[in-house]
Amino acid sequence: MAAAPYDEMRMAGDGTRDHYLPFSRWLESTPQEIIERKREEADMAFHRVGITFAVYGEEAGQERLIPFDIVPRIIPAREWDMLSRGLRQRVKALNAFLHDVYHDQEIIKAGRIPAEHVLRNSLFRREMVGVDVPGEIYCHIAGVDIVRAGEGEYYVLEDNLRTPSGVSYMLENRKMMMRLFPELFGQQAIAPVEHYPDMLLENLRSVAPAGVADPTVVVLTPGQFNSAYFEHAFLAQQMGVELVEGTDLFVRENRVYMRTTHGPKRVDVIYRRIDDDFLDPLAFRPDSVLGVPGLFDAYRAGRVTLANAVGTGIADDKSMYIHVPEMIRFYCDEEPIIANVPTRELRKPEDLKYVMDHLPELVVKEVHGSGGYGMLVGPTASKDEIRLFRERIVADPSKYIAQPTLALSTCPTFVESGVAPRHVDLRPFVLSGKEVNMVPGGLTRVALKEGSLVVNSSQGGGTKDTWVLEH
Amino acid sequence: MLSSTADHLYWMARSMERAENMARMLDVTYRMSLLKGATQEPFQQWSAMLSISGLHYEYTRDYGDVTADKVMHFMALDETNPSSIMSSLHNARENGRAVRGTITSEMWEALNATWLEMRARREAGIPADGISAFFDWVKERSHLSRGLTHGTMLRGDAFGFLRLGTFFERADNTARILDVKYHILLPSLTDVGGAADYYQWGALLRSVSAFESYRKVYRDVITPKRVAELLILRGDMPRSLMACVHEVNRLVQEIDGPRSRELQRLVGMLYAELRYGRIDDVIGVGLHEYLTSVVTRLNAIGDEINRTYFWASDEPAA
Repeated sequence: MAAAPYDEMRMAGDGTRDHYLPFSRWLESTPQEIIERKREEADMAFHRVGITFAVYGEEAGQERLIPFDIVPRIIPAREWDMLSRGLRQRVKALNAFLHDVYHDQEIIKAGRIPAEHVLRNSLFRREMVGVDVPGEIYCHIAGVDIVRAGEGEYYVLEDNLRTPSGVSYMLENRKMMMRLFPELFGQQAIAPVEHYPDMLLENLRSVAPAGVADPTVVVLTPGQFNSAYFEHAFLAQQMGVELVEGTDLFVRENRVYMRTTHGPKRVDVIYRRIDDDFLDPLAFRPDSVLGVPGLFDAYRAGRVTLANAVGTGIADDKSMYIHVPEMIRFYCDEEPIIANVPTRELRKPEDLKYVMDHLPELVVKEVHGSGGYGMLVGPTASKDEIRLFRERIVADPSKYIAQPTLALSTCPTFVESGVAPRHVDLRPFVLSGKEVNMVPGGLTRVALKEGSLVVNSSQGGGTKDTWVLEH
Repeated sequence: MLSSTADHLYWMARSMERAENMARMLDVTYRMSLLKGATQEPFQQWSAMLSISGLHYEYTRDYGDVTADKVMHFMALDETNPSSIMSSLHNARENGRAVRGTITSEMWEALNATWLEMRARREAGIPADGISAFFDWVKERSHLSRGLTHGTMLRGDAFGFLRLGTFFERADNTARILDVKYHILLPSLTDVGGAADYYQWGALLRSVSAFESYRKVYRDVITPKRVAELLILRGDMPRSLMACVHEVNRLVQEIDGPRSRELQRLVGMLYAELRYGRIDDVIGVGLHEYLTSVVTRLNAIGDEINRTYFWASDEPAA
């Protein structure tokens, strides 16, 4: 048995880390019944508010709550300072990379990333080559998944540059904690996160097409049966902008309009929560009923801004992940502040051999997969699962990458048997416009099953409020 | 405002109002059927409930003969009946969910909580001694929803479409309930001026919360003619046709759209007739004939509301 993983609250011996002392004292002095009651209150409130998500593969229209845990994940100021610098650096490099691969491809010419990794990748959007986007910004909203391992060092697990979700839970979790335990917020200086929607709107307005004085922003959703519909509606409401579906928009003479009771109204910036493939049936999947015919032409003509840009998938693909440190060196001329998890690519024969020999120790992921689907967690998988996965790898090794099973840090969490350590990760939301910005913290996800490392809500994960201390 | 948003808001309010009206109608029918000396057999009372909603065919197909229990189940709890309380609350919630960014969070939470509780109540079934309590609950949830609309919504087009849905649905309902109940209580219109069965007419008035108002306005025995006047022509009676159409008329002026001329004309004409109509003329035409014509004209107005606000075309405003 390996050493116990790093715990966010408790030290290896028996002590409590300094930044958790006030909370820990509060937890010990608060009667169990009160905490139980508050937990029930939280559950009821989330149900009433309807903060639910749909699970694919279950009966249509099924809605579930994402379990909320009342023990916060607390991050000391100096750690957040390092993380925020690292995130800024990383997202700047990713934006620079996206602009580069769709223009001069300097990084390929310089031999820093193999051409075929980019050009033969199905996520490379040829349609975007030579297209200029406002401010050269591609990933306006990035969700960068960060984990902690070993002695507490941070790693980037993956970059989500397409339509990352979860920020509504970050905001609702904070609201819930302030409602349930207002007294806690007097004990420590906890950085606020409530202004995220304002920052987002400001960010979106800042990337409007040139010459638009008072840009109209909308949120484009696939509709109310999408798993993240709650978040789409929530963000539109918080920003005070329209939530639209594809059928609410139309394009005429390369300009985008929405249908209103007062006739057509121009739209300048679309915060779209629809995948590239479904955006425009004329440009991408012709069977898409979610999109807007002609949207891509209007976009290419610079008449409307899409956030995120089309084609960002090339930068957050798991096979491109291994190149991000090199992107940081190339575009920023700096060393990465937050490290990558050491990753093996199964398309390389030597890596493939190593992985096949060590499957029970490794985490293997599909390069294009997301949401925790299509992955193998070696140490917790059964012999049969490993055997089946081995067959899938042999069929097409280039579809997979492998990483060591990180001993993800744990955080005390309420479970049936009381408070017990459960593995957590962190998804900060990084906004890029005129500048790169973020609210302190992000969404902490927690794997509620004992020993589980999978924090995805679709796989039984929960969430916590995330506190960044101001000093 | 987005045409689709306006559509959802309008139907959210209409569905909630419909749930309330259905509860009112079922409640009054239930109470009337319990009264001794009912002028008609209970069978006809319940059968009339089906006529109001035009659901005779579906009912007979799925339920067979008409009994109080079965009609109540069909009208209150059956999800396959699009006009049932269950379906209406579900529609209200789903329409609200589609525009939860436009309505206030208090409104959404109330709608959602109503739906969650309705589901639980259906699972549990409505106890025989809790029928009126159930209908009261539906009415309360509708009052809450309307109160929150008033107390928390920004005054603007969104508020206008919610009000439009509420008053349009209510106008339609008042016309229908009056027509059907009048028929049952007074098969021949010869004695329309005479005194009526106090309890039966009292129950009808109560179903539209008009019993106390009647007392205040007329200070006299209940006569069918006055009931008709109160529910059709009195502008100060909040569920009367006059009051509802007055609101609809005001709203279609306020929510001015590029294509709203025809809508304003249709509503304006109906409003003028109610505003300057006299009850003797209504009775002269024949109450049933009069109300049938009102329902037909409301249908035309409903179609025009769709055309004006919701079926947005790509063409710029004329």
